Amino acid sequence: MAQATSPPDELVEGARPVTGASPAPDAAGLGRARATGFLVPAMVLILVFLVVPAVWTIWLGLTNYRLTGLAAASPEIVGLDNFTDALGDERFRTSLLLTLEFVLGSAVIGQAGLGFAIAFALRDRRGPLRRVVEGLVLLSWILPSSVVAFLWIALLDRDAGTLNALLGIPGMAWLLDYPMLSIIIFNTWRGTAFSMMLYAAALENVPRSHLETARLAGASTWQQLRDVVFPRIRGHVLTNLLLISLWTFNDFAPFLITAGGPEQRSEILPVYVYKVALSGGELGFGAAISFVMLLINLVIALVYLRLLGRRKESA
Amino acid sequence: MSAITMRELTKVYPGGVRALDALDLDIVDGEFFALLGPSGCGKTTLLRTIAGLEVASGGSVHIGERNVTNLPPGKRDVAMVFQDYALFPHMTVQDNIAYPLRIKKVDRRERTGKAAETADELGLSALLQRRPGQLSGGQQQRVALARAMACHPQVFLLDEPLSNLDARLRLEARTFLKRLQRELGVTTVFVTHDQAEALALADRIAVMEGGRIRQVGTPTEVFRRPANTFVAGFIGSTPMNLVGTRVRGDELAVGAARLPLPDDARGQVTDGERLVYAVRPEYLDYSPTQVAGALSGQVVVVENLGSVSLVSLDVPTDDTDGGASSVQVVVAEGREPDPGDTGWVVPRPGRSLLYRDGDLVTAGAEAGVPAAAQG
Amino acid sequence: MTVTTAERPTIAVRHLLARIGRYTFLCLVLAFFALPLLWLATAPFDDTPTVTASLPRFTLDNFRALLDNPYALRSLLNSVYLAAGTAALVVTFAALAAYALSRVRVPGRDALLYGLLLLSSIVTGTATMVPLFELAFRLNLIDSRLGVILILSGGLLPAAIFILKDFMDSTPASYEESARVFGASPLQIMRHIVVPLVRPGLATVGVWAVANVWGNFLVPFLLLRGPDKAPAAVIMYTLYTEGGQADLRLLSTFSLLYSLPVALMFVFVSSRYGFRFHGGIKR
Repeated sequence: MAQATSPPDELVEGARPVTGASPAPDAAGLGRARATGFLVPAMVLILVFLVVPAVWTIWLGLTNYRLTGLAAASPEIVGLDNFTDALGDERFRTSLLLTLEFVLGSAVIGQAGLGFAIAFALRDRRGPLRRVVEGLVLLSWILPSSVVAFLWIALLDRDAGTLNALLGIPGMAWLLDYPMLSIIIFNTWRGTAFSMMLYAAALENVPRSHLETARLAGASTWQQLRDVVFPRIRGHVLTNLLLISLWTFNDFAPFLITAGGPEQRSEILPVYVYKVALSGGELGFGAAISFVMLLINLVIALVYLRLLGRRKESA
Repeated sequence: MSAITMRELTKVYPGGVRALDALDLDIVDGEFFALLGPSGCGKTTLLRTIAGLEVASGGSVHIGERNVTNLPPGKRDVAMVFQDYALFPHMTVQDNIAYPLRIKKVDRRERTGKAAETADELGLSALLQRRPGQLSGGQQQRVALARAMACHPQVFLLDEPLSNLDARLRLEARTFLKRLQRELGVTTVFVTHDQAEALALADRIAVMEGGRIRQVGTPTEVFRRPANTFVAGFIGSTPMNLVGTRVRGDELAVGAARLPLPDDARGQVTDGERLVYAVRPEYLDYSPTQVAGALSGQVVVVENLGSVSLVSLDVPTDDTDGGASSVQVVVAEGREPDPGDTGWVVPRPGRSLLYRDGDLVTAGAEAGVPAAAQG
Repeated sequence: MTVTTAERPTIAVRHLLARIGRYTFLCLVLAFFALPLLWLATAPFDDTPTVTASLPRFTLDNFRALLDNPYALRSLLNSVYLAAGTAALVVTFAALAAYALSRVRVPGRDALLYGLLLLSSIVTGTATMVPLFELAFRLNLIDSRLGVILILSGGLLPAAIFILKDFMDSTPASYEESARVFGASPLQIMRHIVVPLVRPGLATVGVWAVANVWGNFLVPFLLLRGPDKAPAAVIMYTLYTEGGQADLRLLSTFSLLYSLPVALMFVFVSSRYGFRFHGGIKR
């Protein structure tokens, strides 16, 4: 949960989420008791700070729990009211749509598209150009999000921003007039590295001889992509899309730039939850929204794990 | 140095696989003992059970006078050399050899001294500061042996000691190993699937199959007088010829041919009984002309093995559908027939055997032959 | 295959156009990714920094602003504290758990791992900020750096266990068995054999945990109240959102100083192991 869009790759590709047969049962003579002892510290932390919050989200979502006031003292079960409230809430529906726009624009089109394009343009290059491009893209990925957020605020500044200075249009208020576009481009900039690296690795797996065969047959670049490259990297594409969708869906970093504004025009779900629950104090309602988010996360993750499993079987 | 005694030793894995099936075995003090068998026969499990890496499901293991059945591996006073040698890659050769002493809390100065001493005995002095990754396969094996020797155990256990070496090194290492064991005089048990290795190295061999011991004996015994057809087929670089036969008075009938009854089987067989006649290709003589008491057939294949050739003949018998069995014979160089020739093969006296239902037909129990007769 | 003379120039032209297209694209990519970074490179050294990136009139005076601000340097120390604490906790606990899972047959082991991994990928800080806040409140962990460390560790542990178990599975058991026959105890085996053998894995997980915590904004933002405990991520945010005109001298130098450790770590890791995919830093 510590991750925004930039958790380096724990789930990816070679991650082999598979646990093959272990070398031997109990090679070091640990014994069940000691093995359990080894497991306990990690499991306790995971239980308390991962499992409990998940379960609690559901429970909170069913109550009228509030940070302050009467309901804070004795929350009541309100059943599915929070959920129906949420789904009926204009602001929630808008937020959900904005989130979809954000995921589609910055993850699917932005990060995956740009990441693939860069990887493809660099596919058979070695040397300084590749290192510089990759280095810069990776740098934008690993820099702390609050720094990056300010870099973009500075870049897009209305009066003295570098972008306006370059384009010669001083006074253009990007963050106020185009808040969604701004955070979409911001997140594309920030998260492309992951897709670029994944596709670079995938493209290495496309045999040269296949591409050369297609070239000899006179295929254009686009035809080569369609007929040779994509069929070979379909698995990578799916992995990539699901993971970056999951991460982008849970990304809190846009809060650092627009804080959801102006007038909730860039209020994606994570920001919405924060404002409703923690700024506004409506914990129950906030939790109901959180629960909806958890469900969406679960669906994406399950689809991903199924795909992984299937690829493993066919491998 | 101690004898190893196993009684009713059983190992059942979760899931019900019986890797060891009520096994009785005595390994004599100071002996170089081989556990031989095909993969999955339980030989490695037996070795690991002696080491304590596997816990027996039943029965007992004694090393010397001590019952070690329920002792952890570190308390059994054994040393084991693994198939991959298991040299710790992050330690130098010296630290590797000294590791058992480090566990025994020998102080640093003393243990490096002892390690250097042991290394010297095995000609490793120049390599003490190297890492295992910088050594050849043969050197790695010596380091693993040195590490096992360093703690002066009562028993050495070697898991496939030669299998990780390439063919050329293997012969050299085999001689080295045999000499080392002779000099140290420590009871040594090794596991191998290579019968030639077992014959060459061991004082005695236990041939295993399916978690049971099929024969225990000296290399000569298991080679000359396999207790059953399994051992007969497993031992020997060329498999033993096994052909169906029928007793006719004091002769054996194989197809139209008549062979003398082996001395050993005299009085043990009844007239008309169906048996399996067995003789090693090395114990057959080939003749291009007709001789009495011989099997005859057409030469099918001639394989040149260097100083000798292995000649396969199709011999008419009455035990298979086609009425013919393949019989192989070793022929000295310069005397090989050509494929298509008709030839006669004569068993040397005292070298042919008879099997009834897979077991050797023999007069009286011989030392070491049926495993169950031991102890 | 024959190419007629008429076709040859067309192919050459097409080839040239493709090359031009490719380089133009790469230049645009470079510009896109470099543009926001320019300010970070120039402003800290400019004697009158503005939000515009421009050639600086070189000075190091701006770094004095860091010393003048009561929270700037302390927040970096806080970040170090959080990152080191989390990394230590994650590496230790994950190593123990991964070892047990790799070496002892625990019933339902694979299902357990999958389940945890699934959980850690869906239970994100954003989706569970409400109960996390509640939980911290109940456990008296509000405004406690230990609370931040524990929560972050809980989130990182499943993946860390996963990565480390992979490392341990690929280490032959004969090393440990060998040590066992020599009489080494399980803890000695851990210390003498297993830890040195999987050191690259431990380093990977450590670096990964540090990188994650260093940039994390949400959890400390939710849980830590006062600026004296806040890590750099939160202080950075308050510097440009709170109270009137932002001090650009402070902001620029602080950004640089805060970014430098992860950037250096990245350079170190990529030069040492190569930042290849999978796993970024893995093996």
